[in-house]
Amino acid sequence: MKRLVLLLCLIAAPVFAVQPDEVLDDPVLETRAREISAGLRCLVCRNESIDESNAELARDLRLLVRDRLVAGDSDSQVVSYIVDRYGEYVLLKPQMGGSNIALWLAGPAMLLLGAGIAMLYIRRRSRTEPAGDGTLTETEEARLRQIMDE
Amino acid sequence: MITELGHFALILAFCVACVQAVLPLIGAHKRWPGWMAVAAPAATAQFLLTAGSFAALTWAFVTSDFSLRLVTLNSHSAKPMLYKITGVWGNHEGSMLLWILIVTLFGACVAWFGTNLPPSLKARVLAVQAMIGVAFFAFLIFTSNPFLRLATAPFDGQDLNPLLQDPGLAFHPPFLYLGYVGLSMTFSFAIAALIEGRVDAAWGRWMRPYTLAAWIFLTIGIALGSWWAYYELGWGGFWFWDPVENASFMPWLIAVALLHSAIVVEKRESLKSWTILLAIIAFGFSMVGAFITRSGVLTSVHAFANDPERGVFLLGITALFMMGGLTMFAARASVMQSKGVFAVKSRESMLVLNNLLLGVACFIVFVGTIWPLVSELFFDRKLSVGAPFFNLAFTPFMVLLGLVLPIGAMLPWKRGSFGRVLRALAPAFVLAVAVALLAWAMQSGRSALGPVGLFLGAWLVAGSVTDLWTRTGRNGGVGGRLRRLARLPRADWGKSVAHGGLGITMAGVAGMMAWSVEDIRVAQVGDSFDVAGYTLTLDDVRQAQGPNYMSTTGDFTLARGASRIALLHPEKRFYPVAQMPTTEAGIDNGFLRDVYVVIGDPQDGGGWAVRTYYKPLANWIWGGAILMALGGALSLSDRRYRVAAGARKVAPVQGVPAE
Repeated sequence: MKRLVLLLCLIAAPVFAVQPDEVLDDPVLETRAREISAGLRCLVCRNESIDESNAELARDLRLLVRDRLVAGDSDSQVVSYIVDRYGEYVLLKPQMGGSNIALWLAGPAMLLLGAGIAMLYIRRRSRTEPAGDGTLTETEEARLRQIMDE
Repeated sequence: MITELGHFALILAFCVACVQAVLPLIGAHKRWPGWMAVAAPAATAQFLLTAGSFAALTWAFVTSDFSLRLVTLNSHSAKPMLYKITGVWGNHEGSMLLWILIVTLFGACVAWFGTNLPPSLKARVLAVQAMIGVAFFAFLIFTSNPFLRLATAPFDGQDLNPLLQDPGLAFHPPFLYLGYVGLSMTFSFAIAALIEGRVDAAWGRWMRPYTLAAWIFLTIGIALGSWWAYYELGWGGFWFWDPVENASFMPWLIAVALLHSAIVVEKRESLKSWTILLAIIAFGFSMVGAFITRSGVLTSVHAFANDPERGVFLLGITALFMMGGLTMFAARASVMQSKGVFAVKSRESMLVLNNLLLGVACFIVFVGTIWPLVSELFFDRKLSVGAPFFNLAFTPFMVLLGLVLPIGAMLPWKRGSFGRVLRALAPAFVLAVAVALLAWAMQSGRSALGPVGLFLGAWLVAGSVTDLWTRTGRNGGVGGRLRRLARLPRADWGKSVAHGGLGITMAGVAGMMAWSVEDIRVAQVGDSFDVAGYTLTLDDVRQAQGPNYMSTTGDFTLARGASRIALLHPEKRFYPVAQMPTTEAGIDNGFLRDVYVVIGDPQDGGGWAVRTYYKPLANWIWGGAILMALGGALSLSDRRYRVAAGARKVAPVQGVPAE
């Protein structure tokens, strides 16, 4: 029974995220590899980076990233190497260029717009103040005089 | 038999909802008291029928009635009882039934507790709530009926997804739905107010408890989901900016904004039309959330194609309610005249800033979530938007929010002075800076994230304490002020506790992201290794048999120096029926840190892959969320919602004399 359990576990065992045998000896290179792979998407998973993913393909990509780093590529060279082969779909942080400008500018543009509307609103509410509880209108003053006289 | 009764009750509830959606609305328009009075008993009946239907489905799961298609697909006779019950909502059809149960529950709450609502408003609120009910009943009965039978019942079921067989995830959906659906109540209040054509302080007071309740449940639901991801997924991540997560986060952000703008309506009769708009949008986001989660359109285009009927139906419901709501808003918003007048330096202005920051933050999450879809449809670019984008685009708004929060929370209504508030907050600020400097000096790297997070945490907590303390007045000595502190309204306590909780969550998120330590290695049985000042020893690896799974368990001893701290038992489980493996991390929880061990595969050369994490401030994330929810609950229990809740100054005359 024990052996059967072990066997079943082995068959179905997921390949865990970063494996001990993948880790590079050079800690500086390894840190760079981790940073790069946190920004690359695993192509067969739901929104996971290759650094987190258990999939076979993610492991291949992690090894590829490390191979390129050992070969002496810079970080951006590694990323563009992967993007050239798998398309910009692998980038978890979309590029700035082209239609993506809309994505990156959406937040700041909305902030400016919202801030403008909010400022106008607040100024309007603060401007109406004197009329509200400051001076009295003519009819009100007349009525006040009338009351005081009585 | 019980199943058929449940099925029948569901259809009856649908019919009741149809009646409740129409008659009270006509009654309120024509001022016929009898027709308006239909709403409350109908809401109760609708809830009881739906509850009966839900109980019947639960019964089928508990007794493992495999003649039901849904039970066969999602249950197994060997499954523990807890997961037989939670399995009811561990699937699309059952969770939709739970969703509707909550829709009717909130309606029934208005019927039971809304005794002081003007009859016409109450009738309209319940009618709108019933319309939402009708849409979802139709969705459930016509596209995803949970009560379908199988011609030939199999001997056993196909088991629930093993990932869902976990206490954290088992109770995550009910809380989340209570939150999502709670926002349907604020939507109903908003639409009813638009029909009535009046929004005043009393309206704000009636609708705010529902907003608060929805937000509390949403907070707990999101925290449970994040906590589950942390301990179950095997590497200690707590937030992934996944579309499904964002789907729950967007309504949360809008609910926070709504919560604050409703205060302005309640106390100052300003921001009325904005609050109505937020209430409509908040429900819109929870509908979009349901659509994203259930259609699978954003995680995979194929899931949508697999079940186009459901996706299209949900999209239709969303579009119907949003277009209806926004059209009504456009037509009637001009009726809402703001009364309150306030200066630029005032609590009102700061709450406008709060709404601006939260609104834009939510907008960014929304754009980031749908951008892959938009980009593929309109620009023919297949791309991903993931955590790096959200961290960069979203975080600044939260930092800004945290910075201004204590100031805004203390600024008086109508007209205030920054100078006075800043003087009161000076000690809190000095303390926060000191904490940040200390963190900066103690950390090994040069990351700004950790110190900034701790600064915000200390600033928010100390700011909240300052806020409470200044409310006790100036004289009376420390003893007198402490006594007054205990007697402060619960709403004041709730506000400070919730704001402090936000600070603690912020500190936790920053600390965990900045200072986590990871160790990946192959360990033989008997090996010891050091991680972040702790020593772990792998004592043994054994095989064990669970009720419906097999497990490989590692026995670790966690020690610091010579003193043994804990025994950790990370597991790798395999569920044979579903053919799925899961990981169970071994975690030693601490106030300042977690030590987190995961056991992986056996290695070719002997030994096991072992991953160890040192996670500083991990529990602060969820602890802060619990405090936020607790603050909401304190605020909800405030006296003013219980005693004479929102008696209007001039009671509107409703109804006409009997003819």
